[in-house]
Amino acid sequence: MKKKQVWIAGVAVPVLIGIMLLAGTSSVPANAEPTAASAAVKIDNFVFGPQTITVPVGTTVTWTNADDIPHTSVSTEGVFKSKVLDTDEKFSYTFTKAGTYPYYCTIHPKMTGKVVVQ
Amino acid sequence: MPDKKKDLIDQTLQDLNNDGVDRRGFLKCMAWAGTGLVWTMSGGIPVSRAFAKGYGKDAGKGADFTFVQISDSHIGFNKPANPDVTATLQTAIDKINAMPQKPDFIIHTGDLSQLSKPSEFDTLDQVLKGSSAKQIYFVPGEHDMLTDNGEQYLQRYGKGTKGTGWSSFDHKGVHFVGLVNVANLKAGGMGSLGNEQLEWLENDLKGRSASTPIVLFAHIPLWTIYPDWGWGTDDSEQALSYVKRFGSVTVLNGHIHQIMQKVEGKVSFHTAMSTAFPQPAPGSAPSAGPMKVPADQLQKVLGITDVNYLVSGRSLAVVDSPLVT
Repeated sequence: MKKKQVWIAGVAVPVLIGIMLLAGTSSVPANAEPTAASAAVKIDNFVFGPQTITVPVGTTVTWTNADDIPHTSVSTEGVFKSKVLDTDEKFSYTFTKAGTYPYYCTIHPKMTGKVVVQ
Repeated sequence: MPDKKKDLIDQTLQDLNNDGVDRRGFLKCMAWAGTGLVWTMSGGIPVSRAFAKGYGKDAGKGADFTFVQISDSHIGFNKPANPDVTATLQTAIDKINAMPQKPDFIIHTGDLSQLSKPSEFDTLDQVLKGSSAKQIYFVPGEHDMLTDNGEQYLQRYGKGTKGTGWSSFDHKGVHFVGLVNVANLKAGGMGSLGNEQLEWLENDLKGRSASTPIVLFAHIPLWTIYPDWGWGTDDSEQALSYVKRFGSVTVLNGHIHQIMQKVEGKVSFHTAMSTAFPQPAPGSAPSAGPMKVPADQLQKVLGITDVNYLVSGRSLAVVDSPLVT
């Protein structure tokens, strides 16, 4: 279990860099990188884990589907929307504003979660 | 079948068998021979039997007509416990084709595909093409509407239907209604029919004689089997209130990949097995939603052992099964 989580975090870093490059933030000095935070939500057994995740503003949250059944991660207020995530597929979203972001799996709507951005 | 796969199935069936009812052999056969339910309409009373196990030569005798329900093909799924769901669907179709009394039609109660991919629908079409049934009626499962709000599904399988794919038809005096309860699902909820469809249903049934046998079919159960896993439909009560006045109502569902039956007044509810892979009995495995009790406690807490399976001939019945009270 532990090993897998570490691996996920390892993947999230290149994703973050990719996002920064895409955003055209070429003026951002290289030493700004450590301030960019990342957090992981694992979808396992039809549950978002952790169900509520609290992160600082600017954090990129990455959802990974560990189930054999596809899931989605979709904001109930239309803030973010993943594509359908098949097994081991990921979705990332960077939260730039403080607030509470409830979300759910549109395929299995009993699956709900919350991202609290402070 | 490879030993590893067989062991997995045996384990699953063992788990399913915790209530002590001897139906292991039955389920095993159902799960791997490709499954379906044969429905025989006799004097307006539908009688079901699982055809996977020794379909008798006298089956269907004296029947007004026969139709078959298949469900949850999940074409594209390729993981344990079934890496080849196309083959098991093919087996199901072969069984249907071998039936002594040809079914008038097939009803597929959804989850045709695993990921709504065109290639998956293509494969399904290819297999279903080999069926001897003249007609196949479909309702979508949630897996068939994963992208594009189900537009592709509608183009392929929903011609002539309304809304997200609902429709009705009459066959030899029986009124069939296919409902969609997998579209526009709300956070925290279960299956949903929605007001537009409910209104349509009310009008569709209006003016029909109470002696008309009614068959409702939809993907997610129209009775609440297990809310914690979303195994139910939030507004099904409204739909069922419209069929109360009819003398014979049969509700056919899929989604839960196992047979369950319940009789409530003049309404009998049935769910079909999947042609693809079995799912655990309600509460018998760790699962969806805000379930916080250990899996081995669930059955006690939620009264899962109160599910009474009656083994009758080759079919299973659940009579009055309040799983969560």
